[in-house]
Amino acid sequence: MNIEMGIRWMELFNEEIQNEKDYLTQLDTPIGDSDHGNNMSRGMAHVVKAIEEQKPETLNELLKLITTNLLSKVGGASGPLYGSAFMGMMKAETAGEEWAKILKTGLENIQMRGKAEQGDKTMVDVWIAVVEAVENGELTHELIDEAVEATKPLKAKKGRASYVGDRSIGHIDPGAYSSGLLFHTMLRAEAQ
Amino acid sequence: MEKTGIIIVSHVYEIAEGIHRLIKEVAADVDVQVVGGVDIKEIGTSFDTTLAAINNSSAKNLLAFYDLGSAKMNLEMAVEMSDKTVKIYDVPVVEGSYTAAALLQAGVNQENIEEQLEEMHNVK
Repeated sequence: MNIEMGIRWMELFNEEIQNEKDYLTQLDTPIGDSDHGNNMSRGMAHVVKAIEEQKPETLNELLKLITTNLLSKVGGASGPLYGSAFMGMMKAETAGEEWAKILKTGLENIQMRGKAEQGDKTMVDVWIAVVEAVENGELTHELIDEAVEATKPLKAKKGRASYVGDRSIGHIDPGAYSSGLLFHTMLRAEAQ
Repeated sequence: MEKTGIIIVSHVYEIAEGIHRLIKEVAADVDVQVVGGVDIKEIGTSFDTTLAAINNSSAKNLLAFYDLGSAKMNLEMAVEMSDKTVKIYDVPVVEGSYTAAALLQAGVNQENIEEQLEEMHNVK
């Protein structure tokens, strides 16, 4: 990962979020509060705008910009969770860590904030699968899709979906889906 | 004794304002900051407004109450960014903040307030 790739990543992620905004909201309707599409759309629009205006020159500046915009503009639970993830990534990048470790620190920060474990039917399930795959150099689009799809049969134990208990079973977790988009676009940005 | 205030974060403007009105009945002199919704119309919580409310308080020491999970997460992040001492209580938002405010108004210290809040965890 470098600054050019990072900017490309955020542009691609923004495109996907805007394209899938209605689907994200649809996923969030039966088991949440129907705001995930709008929240992510607003947050990512701000991230892309801030990149154009502030023109970050290093990966660290970019990660910082992403952190503050997601934290302030997304709202809901996703704002603090994605914000925490990128804040952890920024700190790990400052410490000179490699990309797999940077992503892992992002995951640890999400878990510190939201207290979710593997199998709780949250974005954490996708992050755990992805971090492990990146560590082994085995991240593929298929693996990301499988991790997202794997949240479907689970019963939610954290987040707003946990309020509906058994009724959360059979639905893909919206945060897992948006995290899936994040990692799909990371792969695409790295491949370009 | 250092001045202690209260902050309440709710997903809904009317809930926050309603609790505020209720509390003011028993704690006219306590600095109570409320954050309700993303704004007057939109439901949700926001890191920016939560941090602003913490900084707006005339108190350096704050007791914090919230309604649902993401309000707590925004509170936690705002607390990390602020210089003030803020303690977040996992208790029912209306009863918890009302009790704390009434006791603060009566000059009760934080330790004794916490003993009262502790009882709210009981499920009967």
